[in-house]
Amino acid sequence: MITFMNNSDSEEEPCNERTSLMSAESPPVPSYQDGLQASAAGEAQAHRKRRAGSNRGPNNIAGGEMSGSGIPVRESALENEEEELTLKYGAKHVIMLFVPVTLCMIVVVATIKSVRFYTEKNGQLIYTPFSEDTPSVGQRLLNSVLNTIVMISVIIVMTVFLVLLYKYRCYKFIHGWLILSSLMLLFLFTYIYLGEVLKTYNVAMDYPTLFIVIWNFGAVGMICIHWKGPLQLQQAYLIMISALMALVFIKYLPEWSAWVILGAISIYDLMAVLCPKGPLRMLVETAQERNEPIFPALIYSSAMMWTVGMAKPDTAARGPSQQTWDAAEDGREHLRSPSHAESQMSETRSPVPTHPITSLEELEEEERGVKLGLGDFIFYSVLVGKAAATASGDWNTTLACFVAILIGLCLTLLLLAVFKKALPALPISITFGLIFYFSTDNLVRPFMDTLASHQLYI
Amino acid sequence: MTLAVFFGCTFIAFGPAFGLFIFTIARDPLRIIILIAGAFFWLVSLLLSSLIWFIAVKASDPQDERLQKGLLIFGVMFSVLLQEAFRFLYYKLLRKAIEGLVALSEDGCSPISIQQMAYVAGVGFGLMSGAFSMINLLADALGPGTVGIHGDSQLYFLTSAFMTMVLIFLHTFWGILFFHGCEHRRWWEIAAVVIMHLTVSGLSFCNPLYVGSLVPSYLLMAAAAAWAYLLSGGSAQNLRRFLLCKCCSRKGVGDTLGLVGYQDCCWDGERLSQWLKQEHHPLVSQTRGAGDFLRPWSGCYLSLEK
Repeated sequence: MITFMNNSDSEEEPCNERTSLMSAESPPVPSYQDGLQASAAGEAQAHRKRRAGSNRGPNNIAGGEMSGSGIPVRESALENEEEELTLKYGAKHVIMLFVPVTLCMIVVVATIKSVRFYTEKNGQLIYTPFSEDTPSVGQRLLNSVLNTIVMISVIIVMTVFLVLLYKYRCYKFIHGWLILSSLMLLFLFTYIYLGEVLKTYNVAMDYPTLFIVIWNFGAVGMICIHWKGPLQLQQAYLIMISALMALVFIKYLPEWSAWVILGAISIYDLMAVLCPKGPLRMLVETAQERNEPIFPALIYSSAMMWTVGMAKPDTAARGPSQQTWDAAEDGREHLRSPSHAESQMSETRSPVPTHPITSLEELEEEERGVKLGLGDFIFYSVLVGKAAATASGDWNTTLACFVAILIGLCLTLLLLAVFKKALPALPISITFGLIFYFSTDNLVRPFMDTLASHQLYI
Repeated sequence: MTLAVFFGCTFIAFGPAFGLFIFTIARDPLRIIILIAGAFFWLVSLLLSSLIWFIAVKASDPQDERLQKGLLIFGVMFSVLLQEAFRFLYYKLLRKAIEGLVALSEDGCSPISIQQMAYVAGVGFGLMSGAFSMINLLADALGPGTVGIHGDSQLYFLTSAFMTMVLIFLHTFWGILFFHGCEHRRWWEIAAVVIMHLTVSGLSFCNPLYVGSLVPSYLLMAAAAAWAYLLSGGSAQNLRRFLLCKCCSRKGVGDTLGLVGYQDCCWDGERLSQWLKQEHHPLVSQTRGAGDFLRPWSGCYLSLEK
């Protein structure tokens, strides 16, 4: 989701799967992609931070505008400037998202192509209970559709549950859920991944070394993601956990179900974010009403290192100590105009020593960053990874899906700049990706193979 | 077929393009977007042409060799024409984009010119075309095998790499030529690009007689390079001055003479001397004439004068 919590529901999904995969008794661990949980947890922290005197303090006048109904007022006031700024920074933001999405995809494709573990069929998740090992095509199609229905229902239930939790301010619950989820990803899945990579390359590693490596990796990851850390380290960890989650999906989702689920989740994303009663939209609006950041800790933030909101010089001194490097403040992706509560997000992204910013406009102008939900990363990588795994050993299909997803992301960001509100990041990219996957695999591949066999060039 | 072949072919095919990307495109986000969009347009053109070919093949008799060969030739030619059509569509899109960028900019100037867009679009087309031709080969080169064991040419990988490189360059130059032709309504430039593209693709039918396909392609590339250079404002004089006038930095000498914004490293001597005389520049008022400043063998003569 490029704007507000697009991915919250998609993020809930892996949590459930992991839970069922691990053990029946384990508590429901929040999925990484559950933007709602992330945002809720983030919001709890943001709440605390805000009370600690975030940069909203100095902007009380402006802040008053910003909170609640103030947001539209502010927007109208800064409309023209914002529009120019939005479009001026537009290309930079697109690249700020291209790079992490590309990195995540590269990690997933490299793993798929080299580590055989993630392409071996080894059971299914409980969320896709119907097997695809049926003799007839019709039966297989029916099973995949049923699997999709089950999966999407689980996602809807979890999203609604999360929205309710958020609405009734059960921040601690959400926070704990998120922490458990990240723990599982950072420790258990990394351990499995490392084990498989070592097996593939026949490298021996003793358990003490393994323990130290995994412990350090996981502990630093937890700190970076849920507390404070350097921006780039946090971004790297978010990319890694997205890649790990995508690999889990690629391994455990059956063939046809994966494609149908990708399609269905784009449609769900579209409806959840844009329909008035969609859970994600309700979440965004609730967060806006409460003037809290949405979905911290499960959103990739590419915000630049602005100084902490220094609308008044006296707050500048307090700024860095309180708000720098607040990784948990990362919200969902939204190319928001500065008038939104985004300013709080950006405040957390500034490890640079403060320099006084005299006007709020200035502050906001510098705070432009782009946020993309981790669920988007995961599903983009699932699409490209599946293309790499199943497209008859063909690299052209992978490349075509990659370009299609990037163009979809570009178009979505363009729409974001035009509409200036939360938009789902999945539909356009996944649609392009699916179209290009099937057409490249079935139409372009025979053509290019024939050309290559005669060494012809077009 | 080992890592050596893999890396060698990769760098032959993509090295120059990678260099172009790193030094001219990677810094500017707008150019990266135009590059990826160009790659996308090429991909769509390939998709449509594959669709047509696929339908034609499915509708025909698979046993008839001559028919299949004919369909392949038709497929190749149709694909080339469709690629050029999509280049034109991309030109139209970029024209609209420039208008949008101008409208949004603060000083009424687009941050990127149509010539730069033409270059980046050409690189985008070329990179995607090269990638689609070469990536599968490179992946196969990593694995075991013997090239040409059934009597085919043993130079398959190497010639494919060279052909890919020349195609990437050609697409870049064709982009510049094509957009220039569209901008200035010169249909013969557009026609020349289409004919060149058809020629290069047609020549590849000579493979494995590589002298018939590679050598003419490289000659065509040199011709296209020269033409594109001339169209972009280059000249033999510029080239000579660039090659000889190595230590002149644009900024240093420009600042010395107060020539703010002068783009070229080595200036046109006549223009500069005229300008200096006109402006009564203090440097000119010295005993030496303006022309003396511009003799390349004096090295950084202007800074010396200061």
